[in-house]
Amino acid sequence: MPDKTNIDAAGMIGILILAAALIVAPHVVSFSQQELLVLLTINVLVVTSYRLQTLTGEWSLAHVVMMGSGAYASALCSKSFGFPVPLAMITGAIVAGLIAALMSFPLFRMKGFYFLIGSFAAGEILRLIWKRFTNPFGGPKGIQRIPGFPEIDLGFMRIDFYDPANYYYLVLLVVLASLWVLYRIEKSRIGLTFHAIHWQDKLSESVGVDAFRYRMLAFVIAAFFAGLAGALYAHYLSTVNPNQFDVNTMVYVLIWTIVGGTSRWYGPILGVVALTIIDEVILRAIGADQVRPLLYGVVLILAILFLPNGLESLVMRASDALRRYRGEVPPGAIVRE
Amino acid sequence: MPDFLLQTVFNASYAASYMALIAVGLVLIFGVMGVINFAHGELYMAGAYAIVFFYAWQGLPFVMAVGLGLLFAGCLGILMELALFRPLRTNPLGGLIASIGFLLILQTLAVLGFGLRNQNIPPVSQGRLTVGGAFLTYERLYVIIATVVLLAALWLFLRRSRFGWALRACAQDREAAALQGISINQTARYAMFIGAALAGVAGAMTAPLVAPSPFMGHGVIVTAFIIIIVGGIGSLEGAVVAAVLYAFVHTFVTTFFDGVIANIVGLLLMLAVLVVKPQGLFGVRERA
Repeated sequence: MPDKTNIDAAGMIGILILAAALIVAPHVVSFSQQELLVLLTINVLVVTSYRLQTLTGEWSLAHVVMMGSGAYASALCSKSFGFPVPLAMITGAIVAGLIAALMSFPLFRMKGFYFLIGSFAAGEILRLIWKRFTNPFGGPKGIQRIPGFPEIDLGFMRIDFYDPANYYYLVLLVVLASLWVLYRIEKSRIGLTFHAIHWQDKLSESVGVDAFRYRMLAFVIAAFFAGLAGALYAHYLSTVNPNQFDVNTMVYVLIWTIVGGTSRWYGPILGVVALTIIDEVILRAIGADQVRPLLYGVVLILAILFLPNGLESLVMRASDALRRYRGEVPPGAIVRE
Repeated sequence: MPDFLLQTVFNASYAASYMALIAVGLVLIFGVMGVINFAHGELYMAGAYAIVFFYAWQGLPFVMAVGLGLLFAGCLGILMELALFRPLRTNPLGGLIASIGFLLILQTLAVLGFGLRNQNIPPVSQGRLTVGGAFLTYERLYVIIATVVLLAALWLFLRRSRFGWALRACAQDREAAALQGISINQTARYAMFIGAALAGVAGAMTAPLVAPSPFMGHGVIVTAFIIIIVGGIGSLEGAVVAAVLYAFVHTFVTTFFDGVIANIVGLLLMLAVLVVKPQGLFGVRERA
């Protein structure tokens, strides 16, 4: 993995096109698709933070519950304690990180499959507590009428965040900033240590890396950003309830991540964008609303059978082919004399 | 009070028996193929819908309908093995995802074929066993009897028959078993058939008691995971003991507090086992 990416002219054009597409997006789609766009952008943050957690080689099933912790904490702070919404969102993210730090102590005594199941149990306990205790969590109905993001008055224009298009820009800004932070973390010494623990945990421990602390760090950072995503979600939908964060939702996050692939930072993003478009746009356009889960299941099985390394492997193959076409040698290729 | 306790014991025994059938099937599949079958709850659902179709709609005798449910779920299991788990044998996480895809397909097919509502099934028997002030309906008694018979048969099959030996050999070490001339594909097919069929029987036997719906597998799969962790992954005896333990704890806590607290206690039990003795109560040391 190269530490610095050199962006050439073609890359620059690509980035400009992507930026233009992201800015124009809410104005070329219908109102219901605008709502979808907001949720999709939030989900991009959910899967990308999830990928950071999996870098250490442990797959958590508590990620969506961490997102819920952020949502609940932010909702409670703004509704019951009167925090301003932006501050409540950050508090939500911090609370999610703290909960993850506490959970680390029992959970990182386990590894592999045991960690997977253990994290599920810990998350599910938290979720059932929200469901059981009406005060302060609202029980099965959850918390309703959560204050929205306050409107911004710039003098010459007022930005009202109840409009999904405006909220989309806010979410886009937060998500892009978070993605940049997550990317920098992965490329930093800390991120390289995560990789080292994944592939050679005994070896990295033998040179003095505290694997527990790094696993905990990855878990906490991922939970922080998941919590932020949850807070964005709560103040948009203005309601949170325990069922939004159940194992079904977690299964979807897992699917997006694995279908996209996890070896590159963009893999999970490809997964969530492609599967959401297939599910919500193409399958919805065909009609047959009842058959959608079935077709989704078929797509899932085909993806895992024929693209075991995820959608990102298509991108890698395409970029290798492009390099070969230009006469360059793709990195990692065997040069025969 | 003793009547009340006895009643709770009856309820717990019923819950323990069908959960044991499901958990044992899940353990068998995990042991032999190393894959977590997320669609196991939907195989249970398939068994229940076999009763809806063959018993409630076609009017076949209940026992015959249960047999057809067993075959139907078992064949679905073989289909999963051939289409999904065999090509993904080197990719356990892929197997998990593929089984989620299969789960979505089965759920949608159930919705398309039978609708979203819960199905009512005419009772198989109205009678009940009365002991003091507590009672156990015959329908529940049949479930308990069927479980004991099937698990005893499975135990004999695994300990006494050549196929059983091959199955256990594969569960211990796949490569070594292959070196001894055991066909891994064939063994995986048997394991998948038996595991799925046990879930199908559990669904078929309990169908008249639970009013099947397309999403009935959800709650079951979570409970089954708790049971196989507490019992030790890969341990069939452990799964049975853990099913009994879990069912008694859950039923008693539900009776004295409420269902959500009971779920929390169940999960805490699993978490405690994972922290203190991750190989489970009966598990052997984890394979490297």
